[in-house]
Amino acid sequence: MERLVFLLSTGLARGAVLALFALSLVIVYRAARVVNFAQAALAVVPVYVAFAITSATGSYWLGLAAALATGALLGTVVERRLMRLVPQDNPLAGIIVAIGLVMVLQAGLAIAFGPDHRPVHAPFPQRPLEVGGVGLMSPYDLFVLVVAAVVMGGLALLFNRTSLGLQLRAAAFAPETSRLLGVRVPRMVTLGWTLSIATAALAALLLVPTGLGLDPHAADVLFVNAFAAAVVGGLDSPAGALVAGLSVGVLVALVTGYASAAAAPPAVLALLTVVLLVRPQGLFAAREARTA
Amino acid sequence: MSTLTIERLTVGHGDGAAVLDGLDLEVPAGGVVALLGANGAGKTTLLRALLGLVPVRGGRVLLDGADLTGLPTEDRARRGLALVPEGRGVVAELTVAENLRLGALWRDAGRGHTSAARDAAVGQMYELFEPLARRRDAAGHSLSGGERQMLALARALVARPAVLLLDEPSLGLAPLVVAQLLGVLRDQARATGLTVLLAEQNVTGALSVADRGVVLSLGEVVADRPAAALAADPALRHAYLGF
Ligand SMILES: Nc1ncnc2c1ncn2[C@@H]1O[C@H](COP(=O)(O)OP(=O)(O)O)[C@@H](O)[C@H]1O
Ligand SMILES: [Mg+2]
Repeated sequence: MERLVFLLSTGLARGAVLALFALSLVIVYRAARVVNFAQAALAVVPVYVAFAITSATGSYWLGLAAALATGALLGTVVERRLMRLVPQDNPLAGIIVAIGLVMVLQAGLAIAFGPDHRPVHAPFPQRPLEVGGVGLMSPYDLFVLVVAAVVMGGLALLFNRTSLGLQLRAAAFAPETSRLLGVRVPRMVTLGWTLSIATAALAALLLVPTGLGLDPHAADVLFVNAFAAAVVGGLDSPAGALVAGLSVGVLVALVTGYASAAAAPPAVLALLTVVLLVRPQGLFAAREARTA
Repeated sequence: MSTLTIERLTVGHGDGAAVLDGLDLEVPAGGVVALLGANGAGKTTLLRALLGLVPVRGGRVLLDGADLTGLPTEDRARRGLALVPEGRGVVAELTVAENLRLGALWRDAGRGHTSAARDAAVGQMYELFEPLARRRDAAGHSLSGGERQMLALARALVARPAVLLLDEPSLGLAPLVVAQLLGVLRDQARATGLTVLLAEQNVTGALSVADRGVVLSLGEVVADRPAAALAADPALRHAYLGF
């Protein structure tokens, strides 16, 4: 029982990071109708920047701000200077460009910083808090949950309560109709990338202290699990990304705790397979338009 | 009130033959012009070209004398050119209220619009279209065909456009709904001095609200007369409109 409570609460914190990363995939998928296979590599670059800033200044918070800014800038530049130039008539072209970008970024990071893991310190203790003798999540896990909740809440407000958010959603759902109403759709696509990579960078930054440390592949497993969560959730559903991200996080924690870490990837794959067999469009996918 | 002038407009799809070849047409300020023609006459091509959705091979489009050629679609929209597209173009994933708010974003652009003014404008549309008020929180995809066309028209009107272009608004709708929609359109045009170009195959309906009718056939204007005269000319109707 104590073990279950501990695994559930850590699973929730890991799940929050997964949900955040899955949300970043949903944002870019909605904005540009691409599954961005370069998301992990793009998310790790800002983490290196944060690491450098934190090492130089001693401030975790300056590093965090730098990661967000770098992620936003990177997303903007990649869309403006690269993805926009890729022909849209065939999704394969965008995927190939993304994979090429992964190779360039990861090789570049390895050349610049070396391929080794760099230990990254968390801003809060990582030992589980004890409540009534039962080990729960650590203060750092709590911090992760709070940050993820604040960011997701902020994004939900932006998308649902502001006229910029209305334009972002409209441009994603119906680009031509939106242009007819005066929405600058290309700008909305860029902004989607900006928000997406900044969010992904934050997720990666929150993740690294809980893993082996920082290396060019530090977000790869996060991407795989978050991608599974995003697909389970419906790929264009923010609510789906949240629910599926938390579920996958808890699933991985339980399987790792009761079986072994090696059993976690097959468990995620099994979940993905079952959901896709039962509901190929994902759990929270938008309903089809009425035809009559 | 605004005038829309089309000068020697040549438009084609891809590298096929030109659909419109040197078309001239003026829609005068405050006028309601019916653009008639059978399937394939080029009505949709013309309206989409006016908004810059189809590339133009030659000629100009002027709004109150200002050349729109070369401007992207969104800037033409912000200057007051509104198109209710064929198939209505309601954003299915957004609610009725959100569709209307989207339409109101550039109402009075540059004249210090406030969100309160926008909300008031949306409120006026609910008064004009009762069924939309009842379904304001329903998603676009759950609306009936008639409600969707109402929403598309309301969303265009709420922007207070200078010129309103409509592409076959009556397509697939019950006669009663069509009569109601065209009635609202006529009243709004009269009350606000809105300039309207209404593409229709529903000749009787369109001529009943228009003051002028233009018949398009194979991309050319083959008749341009007062609406009443056109409605009363059986030979012309027979030759180009098939009844
Ligand atoms: N996207 C397109 N690609 C190629 N040809 C097109 C396209 N859209 C319309 N056409 C052609 O242009 C001509 C005019 O079509 P359209 O403007 O849709 O007529 P209408 O709206 O009057 O029915 C037709 O011959 C049609 O086949
Ligand atoms: Mg047509």
